[in-house]
Amino acid sequence: MTAQLHLGVFYTGVGSQFLWDDPANAPHTEIETYVSVARTLERGLFDAFFLGEGLRVRENRGRVHALDVAGRPDAITQLSALAGATTKIGLVATQNTTYNYPADLARRLASLDFVSGGRAGWNIVTTDNAWTGANFRHGGWLEHERRYERATQFVEAAKALWAGNGPVEADTDLVRLRAEPTVPASAQGRPVLFQAGDSAGGRELAARHADVVFSANGAYDKAAAYAADLRERLARHGRSADSVRILPGTSVVLGDTPAEAAERAEEIRRRQINPQRAIAFLEQYWGQDLSAYDPHGPLPDIEPVEGELDPSRGTISIEHRTGKLERIRQWRDLAETKGLSIHELVLEVQPRHHSFIGTPGQVADEWARYARDRVVDGFNLSPHLVPGTIDDVVDRLVPQLQERGVYRTAYSGATLREHLELA
Amino acid sequence: MRSTAGSDYPWQKRAEGGTRMSSPQPRRTLHIAVELDGAHTEAARTDPRILAEAVTGAERAGFTFATFDDAPVPPGGGFRIDATVRAAYAATRTVRIGLAPVSHVLTAEPFHLAAQLASLDHATHGRAAWLVGAADTAEALATVGRPRPEDHRREVADVVETIRRLWDSWEDDAVIADVATGRYLDPDKVHHVDFTGETFSVKGPLITPRPPQGSLVVLAAEDLAEVVRPDIVLVGGTDAEDLRLRARQAAGSGAPLVFGELEVLLVPGAPADRPANGRARYTGSAAGLAELLGELSADLDGVRLHPAVPAADLPLLGREVLPELHRLGLHAPPEPGVTLRSTLGLARPENRFAAASKGIA
Repeated sequence: MTAQLHLGVFYTGVGSQFLWDDPANAPHTEIETYVSVARTLERGLFDAFFLGEGLRVRENRGRVHALDVAGRPDAITQLSALAGATTKIGLVATQNTTYNYPADLARRLASLDFVSGGRAGWNIVTTDNAWTGANFRHGGWLEHERRYERATQFVEAAKALWAGNGPVEADTDLVRLRAEPTVPASAQGRPVLFQAGDSAGGRELAARHADVVFSANGAYDKAAAYAADLRERLARHGRSADSVRILPGTSVVLGDTPAEAAERAEEIRRRQINPQRAIAFLEQYWGQDLSAYDPHGPLPDIEPVEGELDPSRGTISIEHRTGKLERIRQWRDLAETKGLSIHELVLEVQPRHHSFIGTPGQVADEWARYARDRVVDGFNLSPHLVPGTIDDVVDRLVPQLQERGVYRTAYSGATLREHLELA
Repeated sequence: MRSTAGSDYPWQKRAEGGTRMSSPQPRRTLHIAVELDGAHTEAARTDPRILAEAVTGAERAGFTFATFDDAPVPPGGGFRIDATVRAAYAATRTVRIGLAPVSHVLTAEPFHLAAQLASLDHATHGRAAWLVGAADTAEALATVGRPRPEDHRREVADVVETIRRLWDSWEDDAVIADVATGRYLDPDKVHHVDFTGETFSVKGPLITPRPPQGSLVVLAAEDLAEVVRPDIVLVGGTDAEDLRLRARQAAGSGAPLVFGELEVLLVPGAPADRPANGRARYTGSAAGLAELLGELSADLDGVRLHPAVPAADLPLLGREVLPELHRLGLHAPPEPGVTLRSTLGLARPENRFAAASKGIA
């Protein structure tokens, strides 16, 4: 049988990819919108609905970042509410291992798994920054290098509690607990474990413990290389290649013609990186107010403040935490050489996230190739419009995938583990 | 839909204020809550629908709100689903009943608790309450690898204060979605809370916008009332007289609403052994219970009933007791679309940050 694709939607709830200013959007934070999206996904026979996590509201120079959609529920609480309103869709909560207690989180996840009849998943993430830690009892206590060590011990404690074989104890410098299992096993035994980290530490954690990887490698060559690397790691841990599903995060832009799809994709990008966001982006690097500068004019002529980036964007990767002044020098050269305005420069230097752009038939052909070659097992889609993007995929792309025999025509199981065809 | 502005809340704080009537005539209303943890029977461990049926049954019966007991370490080593998860699961299956999970403060991150409870209030459009738990046994604290705090009452007060500040950290009109300026938020209306307590500090703001009720309805048992400053104090008593006496004392010390804890056993022939928890217990007919509740309403704003045999007692309460109280004009089921605060006659609290900036202006 042809390999089947598994689809999820990543409802991030914050960030610039979501076009909140589009009048066709449903109210993004209302429970009714979540329920209606989850039911649409069930109609589209999706495996899972994901909620993201960010434990500090993003800031721009010490004030709340005003330009992006923000404000979201606690994931497990919201998914429990969705469990009461849906019957098939998998419900995956992103939860980090740095600012949670293992027994408490294990219990809450198992509770979601129980009330949903075995449809829960846990997208395991780590956090190291002290800026997020300022919201928690111990502050920024964990060194960057040790975050996966903590995550591994945390996951092992959670799995031991879910196995239900008596008390679980740990007493290391990273994890300390003594707890009894308190929740009965669900219809799928325990929550399905998702792992997104792309670093070596993240890949090792995935190879040891994950059921699904939610990698960032959507482009064919990168996806193929990632799958090969992961399968090698799995073999080293004595796990079969089929014991983990690979669902990279990506997005989809559909059009009636290839040209129309490309045009829409470009328009979406220009709305995501709009002139105000371009100024805000440079403000992070300049470390000062640039609101007086015209986004359609040249780069600021004033000098940036010396210090490295304010970590308060909350999402700055390690490699971008240093080398700020050199980066700004490169941008100035680039803007001068190509004659770019602030907005044009930011459009040029902001990385393009991988996206599938085309007619429903084109995207379905492309996805069928990925499935046939087993470079991925499916995709986790980030919508830029809600419900627009989701309706588009369910109504236009799903039938094309079904025609090509790479997508289910009915749910055959009841649990998330069964949807994912995990052993 | 939800009401958010103060003007949408026709009920201000109960007209009688803190003064109590001395005559034994019944009060205008008696709110009736029910503890549903007992409904979490053996069968509910393998079938989540039984959880849902207990709550929808309580809603049909007309209860004001349902509570869900919880503990970091379940008594007797049994199973128990997290109470907030249970309440949230019931959120989308109900439209009028209030939902009040127990959450313990010493074994949790205050930030997570604030987000969980705020999310429950959003998912119910303002029908959520929180019964503050403060489990502090060595076994409970060991689940999170914490030693017992030196001053645990101080920490309870700190966690509750932090959570209230976090609920206020987004003003009601923080989301402006102003297409012209490209601003989704008004950054002047989303606040750091900068709480520093004895054992922890929290920066804020919360990740979740302000709960529809402003603050969830907060409940606490008598022994925590002083540190929690709840909207509803739950008082116990050895019998009806003791209950009334303690209710008068709690009201005298300034509790906005006082509820009595009452175990009920309506099933003929069921074992009549006294509950080990020292709660007053009523054993007898449904009509007799309705009569007793009528008497209690002189000193109590409400009761929380603990059915001794939930499978049998809950249907009887719904079929015979609540309709009788309704007939007497003592109790009315909550209305759909009305917040729990409104149903209880509690005012929606002003946002402390909005109030502060008004003061500056």
